[in-house]
Amino acid sequence: MAAALQYPANVSSFNSYNDLFPDWTQKEVSTGTTIMAVEFDGGVVMGADSRTTTGAYIANRVTDKLTPIHDRIFCCRSGSAADTQAIADAVTYQLGFHSIELDEAPLVQTAASLFRDMCYRYREELMAGIIVAGWDKRRGGQVYTVPVGGMMSRQPVSVGGSGSSYIYGYVDSNYKAEMSKEECLKFTAGALALAMERDGSSGGVVRLAVITEQGVERQVILGNQLPQFSTV
Amino acid sequence: METHHSHSQVKGVSTGTTILAVKFNGGVIIGSDSRASMGESYVSSKTINKLIQVHDRIFCCIAGSLADAQAVTKMAKFQLSFHSIQMESPPLVKAAASIMKELCYSNKEDLQAGFITAGWDRKKGPQIYVVSLGGMLLSQPFTIGGSGSTYIYGYVDAKFKPNMSLEEATQFSTNALALAMGRDNVSGGVVHLVVITEAGVKHIVVPGDKLPKFHDE
Repeated sequence: MAAALQYPANVSSFNSYNDLFPDWTQKEVSTGTTIMAVEFDGGVVMGADSRTTTGAYIANRVTDKLTPIHDRIFCCRSGSAADTQAIADAVTYQLGFHSIELDEAPLVQTAASLFRDMCYRYREELMAGIIVAGWDKRRGGQVYTVPVGGMMSRQPVSVGGSGSSYIYGYVDSNYKAEMSKEECLKFTAGALALAMERDGSSGGVVRLAVITEQGVERQVILGNQLPQFSTV
Repeated sequence: METHHSHSQVKGVSTGTTILAVKFNGGVIIGSDSRASMGESYVSSKTINKLIQVHDRIFCCIAGSLADAQAVTKMAKFQLSFHSIQMESPPLVKAAASIMKELCYSNKEDLQAGFITAGWDRKKGPQIYVVSLGGMLLSQPFTIGGSGSTYIYGYVDAKFKPNMSLEEATQFSTNALALAMGRDNVSGGVVHLVVITEAGVKHIVVPGDKLPKFHDE
């Protein structure tokens, strides 16, 4: 792992049940999370929850996990908060430089490749699962997933983070090709709400971003406005 | 309810699996996949039956170590039939579930199996009980379990409605199991469903090629 764990000097490293010290002093900050991105004709919809945890403590309950990399390219971060922030900063720099050299807007695939190169090269030290999404002139809206290990793959819909396991069934059954922007927003918000109900490391508010040729629109859905599914 | 199929090296054959039970208007449906695996990569049986009949209108489905599950259900079947003869009436679903719970709780150190007990009785109609790994007993309108259940929590939370018809409940169960089998590599094979109502018990098998297909298949 890239981050070093700081133990108080008189706590044994093997004893994680020592009651004298709360577990958040010994756990790395993690964006145990649910992230998602969907392509539609003309752009992408990206979404994430807003919980960052250190063990059982919620270090930040209003995190913004949708990070801008360039004007029309964003990434969703999951895994170690430190690792993903560091990678995103490095890629933002590299992509900005590349865009100036080219004198035009960068491709989403280029951004995804930069993420992939870094995640693969340092795969032993990093714990980062990233979804890169955006709009470019050549291929329109695109979603690329770069999971832990450093693979890169383009997918029409991608979910990630600890909460994603719970919504594979929902996403598989509800996704249809060629949905409109509104349908994608509803689909994403619904999936994230379901994951947040079941995953202890996901919660808070739902942050959404829509990226199109026109620009980026951001939305927040507060806890009490989330779609409700419980009947019991 | 989790299944610790990572212990299969110690315990031998394990049902990395997907199981579910759902109450509908007039009965319950209990269902499962049909795969038994040893370790993560060998399928020891493609057609195993995980729906065990413990009495005329009471079924159990098992997740976890197959050996432990078979031992517990055999014992429970015996105790239940004895109880039923003594009481001179068909047993309550809760009685069956309590017997499983007693066995799981008293032997919690040695056992690695969880159960869903579902059925119909005259007193309370259709019921579903979950007995988890350590021996907790819980009644629920629907429940999912096994390693494949992780992937369908979102789907079942979104799609379940109380008082569904038989057709809706059958579609719900088949879809949920198909989705889980599509994502979990230790669940697969065919879908077994058992429909239990006052009138009787019906066993439905949905083979692989008749399963619902989703957008990327």
